Amino acid sequence: MDLLNDIFFDYTLRNVILGAMTLGLVSGALGSFAVLRKQSLLGDAISHAALPGIALAFLFTGSKSTMVLLLGAALAGWIATLLMLNIVRTTRVKEDSALGLVLSVFFGFGLVLLTYLQKIPNAAQAGLEKFLFGQAATILFEDVLVVAVVGVAIGLVTILFWKEFKLISFDPDFGAALGFPVNRLNILLTSLLVVAIVLGLQMVGVVLMSAMIVAPAAAARQWTNNMSVMVWLSAAFGAMAGIAGSVLSSLVPRLPTGPTIVLCVSAIVVLSLFLAPARGLVWDWIRQRRNIRQFHSEAVLIDLYSLAMQHKDLSHAHKAGVLETMNLNRAAVRRNLQILLQNGFVRQLKNDLWSLSESGIQKAQELLRRHEAE
Amino acid sequence: MTIPQLEIMLIASVVAVACALPGVFLILRRMAMMSDAISHAILFGIVTAFFIVHDISSPFLILGAALTGVLTVFMVEAIYKTRLVREDAAIGLVFPVLFSIGVIMISRYAGNVHIDTDAVLLGELAFAPFDRFIIGDFDMGPRSLWVMSTILVLNLMFILLFFKELKLSSFDTALAAALGFAPTVLHYSLMTLVSLTAVGAFDAVGSILVVALMIAPPTTAFLLTNRLSVMLWLSALAGIFSAISGYVFAHYFDVNIAGSMATMSGVIFLLTFVFAPERGWLAARRRKYRQRWEFAQKLLAVHVMNHQGRPEAGDECHISTVHLHMNWERDFAERVVKSSRKNGLIELEEEILILTGRGKEVATEAMVDF
Repeated sequence: MDLLNDIFFDYTLRNVILGAMTLGLVSGALGSFAVLRKQSLLGDAISHAALPGIALAFLFTGSKSTMVLLLGAALAGWIATLLMLNIVRTTRVKEDSALGLVLSVFFGFGLVLLTYLQKIPNAAQAGLEKFLFGQAATILFEDVLVVAVVGVAIGLVTILFWKEFKLISFDPDFGAALGFPVNRLNILLTSLLVVAIVLGLQMVGVVLMSAMIVAPAAAARQWTNNMSVMVWLSAAFGAMAGIAGSVLSSLVPRLPTGPTIVLCVSAIVVLSLFLAPARGLVWDWIRQRRNIRQFHSEAVLIDLYSLAMQHKDLSHAHKAGVLETMNLNRAAVRRNLQILLQNGFVRQLKNDLWSLSESGIQKAQELLRRHEAE
Repeated sequence: MTIPQLEIMLIASVVAVACALPGVFLILRRMAMMSDAISHAILFGIVTAFFIVHDISSPFLILGAALTGVLTVFMVEAIYKTRLVREDAAIGLVFPVLFSIGVIMISRYAGNVHIDTDAVLLGELAFAPFDRFIIGDFDMGPRSLWVMSTILVLNLMFILLFFKELKLSSFDTALAAALGFAPTVLHYSLMTLVSLTAVGAFDAVGSILVVALMIAPPTTAFLLTNRLSVMLWLSALAGIFSAISGYVFAHYFDVNIAGSMATMSGVIFLLTFVFAPERGWLAARRRKYRQRWEFAQKLLAVHVMNHQGRPEAGDECHISTVHLHMNWERDFAERVVKSSRKNGLIELEEEILILTGRGKEVATEAMVDF
């Protein structure tokens, strides 16, 4: 019960959990759009590119308030995005190269600025490194408030432009044909993404923030084909990972919060990839097995039918051993006969004599017709 | 300039070239972001291998860590092949996991590992000359110079030996497969080299700046040439230039060397992006401007040809009303008329536009084109 007690009454832990949860909600929701728009890696680029913005904001204002630093980060992320779009639009450089280029160069410049700031005698810059990997423990209640307020604002804008965002996520050309200002909507949505990423920097850091954008959305996508369900689910996954990660890292000593949250959200992804109904790999595998088994038992049924066709009597019984000589998968014949027996397609006369039932004959004829049609 | 400074510049240049060469094929194959994923993910491999061999510059560590890079590629492809997520999302899912595990291992066992998270990002190029490679009593030079030179030679050999295959499979994978070259083998060999290079360079420049050196110089070269061999040379040059100017910059401002190299590679790209002779931003702007201008002159010539010598020409082709018929701004029309006269396409006869002989040719040609 110590943990429960801490969650509600320990100032730091409560802030971390609240912050991580809110962050997960916001990044999860907006990540859905990014993932659907094939911009998964844009988040990676934006978060890396935010670093010089943070350093410059500190260099120019001398302030270390979260709001100022995050504004700088957002500005840098935004400039990086525009630069990237421009490079792709005006030259033959492909999107992936532009992403990697902007990401690494901005980040390198950010490191240059950070090392430059460290040389300045004023020791106030000491906290800027926390943006590299995030440092959840330094989060104040004010920071949580900032995240919450901005998060609500992002949520409101998303609800307001829901229809438009949905449209440009799936079919921007159709949107343009309908007369929507697709370009401006793109910029708006990307700007929201920038803001959501920047909010997370303090918690998980620039290097890992992209996972908070991609992972919840990729997990949510497996469970539903409905956009609004996906956004809610993705937000919920993000929040769950945030809570789980921050609680875990508070329980185990020297377990950094950011990477732990990332591992939690990745665990959700793995579970979703395997277990999500309809799309999950496990169900897929089971379905495949079932199909193969059905196919094999149908092959035995047809063999039995074609044997019986050589006699006047379609319900003429044959030994399983005869069927085995006709089937490539010899060992499985008896098992398949059992399956057919359960379905009522065959009858077992004596211990090893099998004949078609009425429904078995019908089934075999139907199958043969279908084969011929194909 | 001191010997260690020269050594640093030499190491930096070797790292830059070693990264730029496989980088060329990465960007041609549209796999630039795979270098991002690999360079992050190898952290996991480096830390794990460090626990086993306890020597950061051991060749076993480098090989072991490079395997993680290949594993990353494999995992990304395995996830992508399920068709449950797109390729970009698959990349974005895999490397954060491995990187997170790496960071957690470092901070949990910080006492046992002589790499801290700063070194992961910043590299320690400034210290590289102090780690000597000594055989017997003889000082062979900085150890990382040897490591990176070996990797550079490997990269060079691979590219020289398989130049034709790499070229074909980079530009037309389907044809390469149909002709019986094994694109998958080639692909994984290339990825192994990329991981190997990333691990080797990690020590010097840190994990993320490897990406800058792999992508920025080749992308710069991509804007300057259409020939693969020229592109390889140019990107090596751009890499060396970033390395040396980056070092000078870092030395002058007393900042991180790897970061400065990345910044310089970005500056070089930006300059190329703006000024490149054919594909640069300025060239594109100028071309667009010129095309717009030529097009307007052609249109005017066609318009005059249609109305010349007919009763309506007095209005249609009159210098003061022609802009109404062309549906142009007055200013623009005046400028087009002026330059058309200068180019000898059009003459004025009592304030009415008529075509010259050349103007007729241009108009007739334009009609055919339209």
